[in-house]
Amino acid sequence: MLSYKFDWSVITSGQYHEWLISGLKVTIQLSISGILLSFLLGLIVAVMRMSHLKLFRWSACVFLEFTRNTPLLVQIFFWYFGSYKLLPTAVNEWLNNTGFEFAAALIALTIYTSAFIAEDIRSGVLSIPKEQMEAAQSSGFSYIRSMQYIILPQAVRITIPPLVNQFLNLAKNSSLAMTIGVMELTYQARQVESYTFKGFEAFTAATVVYLAISVIITFLVDQYNERVLQIHKGA
Amino acid sequence: MTILSNFQVIADNIIYFFVGRWPEGPLGGVGLTLYLASASCILSIFGGLILGLLSVSKKKWISWPSMLVINTIRGVPLLMVIFWMYFLLPAIFGKVITETRTVILGLTFFTSAYMSQIVRAGIEGIPKGQMEAAISTGLTHWQAMIYIILPQGLRNMIPSFVNQFVSLIKDTSLAFIVGVSELTHVATQINNRTMAFPTEIFFFIAVVYFIICYAFTSLSRNLEKRLEWRKAI
Repeated sequence: MLSYKFDWSVITSGQYHEWLISGLKVTIQLSISGILLSFLLGLIVAVMRMSHLKLFRWSACVFLEFTRNTPLLVQIFFWYFGSYKLLPTAVNEWLNNTGFEFAAALIALTIYTSAFIAEDIRSGVLSIPKEQMEAAQSSGFSYIRSMQYIILPQAVRITIPPLVNQFLNLAKNSSLAMTIGVMELTYQARQVESYTFKGFEAFTAATVVYLAISVIITFLVDQYNERVLQIHKGA
Repeated sequence: MTILSNFQVIADNIIYFFVGRWPEGPLGGVGLTLYLASASCILSIFGGLILGLLSVSKKKWISWPSMLVINTIRGVPLLMVIFWMYFLLPAIFGKVITETRTVILGLTFFTSAYMSQIVRAGIEGIPKGQMEAAISTGLTHWQAMIYIILPQGLRNMIPSFVNQFVSLIKDTSLAFIVGVSELTHVATQINNRTMAFPTEIFFFIAVVYFIICYAFTSLSRNLEKRLEWRKAI
């Protein structure tokens, strides 16, 4: 180990630096589009899970249990290698032309994360007093409308911190997309390592970037908790 | 009906899926997945206890660095931790470390950080009066922690430990990347060999993972209910 010569110039400039930057861009693209899609899907699943219709409740439960109890990597492989048999030919052609790796990773990450988000939203909704729903319905709102205008807006406010944590998890989980050849940060770090044998430098760079994302976002959540929700640390 | 007949590929390789080339060769498949998860779970309970106890220490120079370590590990993807292990272990020990051990150490290192938060929450969940009472009977802080606080806290931590074990089972799939032949790796091998049945193969292993994980998730839910019942008395 002592004989190892560190050469940070490999990652601070030149071609390999650009590889890492482009990897970071893909990681951010994947994370942001993933969190938006999985918020939408998670919202739908959460509402279904709380619905009075047994069929909805039951199918949401099956979805939640199945996605939460299978590894993300297997889900990525399933969508990447196995989905062509399930999808119509037109969709398959479109996917093949638009870079299927990214789409498969995005689908898998969205589905996986939405299951966790749905549970976060559900516990947010359950924390809203029952009387709110009763009051909304007694003033003439339907179930869906009272959800939409009364319950969800309040629940989402409470759910934002856990949602942001899910975003962090998603950003970290997106590293698994490298297994199917999505050129995100971890993929590029490994690529730099195999081209230059400068593994320590490349992996340090990637680690620092992941840490920076965590630190920044954790800081923002703390600020939100203090200013908006008025929760003070150590209080 | 074609879909059903395609599941023949599963039936043909069923033994390979479950134990790999064992008993003639090394253990693989589901067996290796469970071995990796159990070994790292046991190790990381100890790791989590140590890190957790250090992080609740009253002395800043102990608690602060251990929180730094914990938060650093929690801020990095598991894949990154495994790659680091892959690089650092041979450099530290000065010899080749098998992939299986690399993965177990990576999983242990990673999961210990999460376990430590469970331990921390478990310790902080015990009323303060317990510690004060223990100290007033003449125990030192550490004695009180080990004989009074931890035994009570540990009982409440068990469901979370089981949940963490479920995460570990799912995380072992990452061992595929360094070439350890656990269930996911075996599935990709069979997929590469047969070429035509990826949907069936990956759906099948998803179901296998689901059955194992769901069993433990249910166990943890039952334990939680039982603990609540105990607390109520």
